[in-house]
Amino acid sequence: MQAQEPLTILIAEDSAADRLLLSTIVRRQGHNVLTAANGAEAVDLFRRQQPDLVLMDAMMPVMDGFEAARQIKALAGETLVPIIFLTSLTESEALARCLEAGGDDFLAKPYNQVILAAKIKAMDRLRRLQATVLQQRDLIAKHHDYLLNEQRVAKAVFDKVAHSGCLSAPNIRYLQSPYALFNGDLLLAAYTPAGDMHVLLGDFTGHGLPAAVGAMPLAEVFYGMTAKGYGLAETLREMNAKLKRILPVDMFCCATLLCLSFQRRSVEVWNGGMPDGYLHRIVTGERVPLAARHLPLGVLSAQAFDDRTEVHPMAAGDRVFLLSDGVIDTSDASDQLFGVERLQQVFAANREPDRLFEDIEQALRDFRGEARDDVSMVEVSLLEPAQVKPSAPVYSDSGQSCPLDWSVSFEFRGATLKRFNPLPYLLQLLLEVHGLRAQSGALYSVLAELYSNALEHGVLGLDSSLKRDAAGFARYYQQRNDRLEALQDGFVRVHLQVQPQGEGGRLVIRVEDSGKGFDVARVMERPLDGIRLSGRGVSLVRQLGHNASWSDEGRSACVEFSWEVEA
Amino acid sequence: MTDTHIDREALRVLRDVMEEGYPELLDTFLTDSESRLVDLRKAVDAKVLSEVAHSFKGSASNMGAVRLAALCQELESEAKNKSPAEIVKLVAQISGEFAEVRPVYESEKHPAHTH
Repeated sequence: MQAQEPLTILIAEDSAADRLLLSTIVRRQGHNVLTAANGAEAVDLFRRQQPDLVLMDAMMPVMDGFEAARQIKALAGETLVPIIFLTSLTESEALARCLEAGGDDFLAKPYNQVILAAKIKAMDRLRRLQATVLQQRDLIAKHHDYLLNEQRVAKAVFDKVAHSGCLSAPNIRYLQSPYALFNGDLLLAAYTPAGDMHVLLGDFTGHGLPAAVGAMPLAEVFYGMTAKGYGLAETLREMNAKLKRILPVDMFCCATLLCLSFQRRSVEVWNGGMPDGYLHRIVTGERVPLAARHLPLGVLSAQAFDDRTEVHPMAAGDRVFLLSDGVIDTSDASDQLFGVERLQQVFAANREPDRLFEDIEQALRDFRGEARDDVSMVEVSLLEPAQVKPSAPVYSDSGQSCPLDWSVSFEFRGATLKRFNPLPYLLQLLLEVHGLRAQSGALYSVLAELYSNALEHGVLGLDSSLKRDAAGFARYYQQRNDRLEALQDGFVRVHLQVQPQGEGGRLVIRVEDSGKGFDVARVMERPLDGIRLSGRGVSLVRQLGHNASWSDEGRSACVEFSWEVEA
Repeated sequence: MTDTHIDREALRVLRDVMEEGYPELLDTFLTDSESRLVDLRKAVDAKVLSEVAHSFKGSASNMGAVRLAALCQELESEAKNKSPAEIVKLVAQISGEFAEVRPVYESEKHPAHTH
């Protein structure tokens, strides 16, 4: 016989000889024995000592075995305490009563010790099985609670991070299922210091918490770099490198990143692995697809990563629509996909642009019959410049070390201009001056404008009048990429000079380039219209800065910012 | 004494199982049986008779007293159908059978009687 762990076995039997015989047999089989001479004693002993198994005579004085069995089963609750009835009962009705009272088996008199040992062993197996099942059930329930709680906490933390951006801006409409994050969907939006807006719709591979963990570092890079004035290219590179470094090989993030420029009235797009987005031109009704031209974030090494973007002009009322693959990969009962074609039918049938999401949702419901939890859609349009409300950056320094009397000059030459964006560094440097912080938006806009003028029109010699229509717009950015690629010589110089002035101070920015210059007098004659499709941004600079002037035939621009008291 | 009264093989097994506890088991059985006989003689109610006979049958069968067990079985199942006279007769039979087998159990108590 296989060695068995000793059990504590309660024997309830009124006949003294049978009780003695049975205890001796059971003890010799290696178990501990408790004895009771009637049902009441048995229940009492059970309550005090919790035996593992009970051998119960049916007919006993004071309380019979049936009642004792019922009470013991009730006391044992979910734990299986097998009860073997000791009986010479022959009537089937009496045997049935044993089972009804909670008996698990019978042992007939005269006792056979081999059969008894086998029955105890079988009952012990059942008992252990039940204990294991209960233990595992409790463990699963515990894990489940734990997981739910983790998700709740993660969602709360993440909601805070996700909503630190500007998803509530009036030009953004979005629809996301509440737990879309745990399907790896991610939607972020934030203003740049210049008042442009960056929007990211991402979709991590996988489901559940593993799909959501990558969202935190991605959001951190997105917000941090957008706030510091980095462009899409630098932000994309950083996001890609970070995800590549921290995610396992089979995890990555499909993403579309947008930069909406309200001043330039354009949208810059990078799409890595997401379904086509659409630029809906309201005037023509045309929907320009914004197709994936890149691998998702977190796949390629920094060397192989391609940060090239496309730029499209936008008019007031035009909308950019992005969606996650949850929409087009929704499948019906027969595993057919909703697909791009059905989506385009919804587009075609859509009468009220503001009801596009509802139309798509309705079409998905009609198609599938139930909603999925990983559907994300976002639609953005242009804001009037006056509606732009970039959030003020949060500074953590005390202001004691604020530098007030200094100047610095940079010269950025050909090879650097190709790939390096100095604006975030320049802005960070200038924002060490507390007095300038209140004007950081205007400061950045002017710096960005002067720098891109110097680079695009000066060094690269691009003609701004190209951007007057959509086709020219595309040509302009094509030429910009080509010429930048081929750039050998040329320079952009940036001189910054900060001086104390009364209670406050003054910043002079001078930007020079190696280009051909332009007819300053003619450009200055134009009215300050604020809208800049072409015209070298002169009016923007003149509106935002003081004493803007151009010299050296337009090759040198100068503008001032001053402040009264230190912030 | 013939084997129609006692299952000798059962006794051998009991001796093996009980080892040094064997005499105590025999004593317990004899004492227990005497008190059950008293109960049977006192009982008037058929249900009580049947219950005592049931218990007595159980221990008798465990102890290898096959004929005693059979008589108890008869009393257990027929108590409600038999006349008082028949019951008195059956109880006397049970009593007689116990007196018959008692010396066997007494003698079993002594080690000399082992094989």
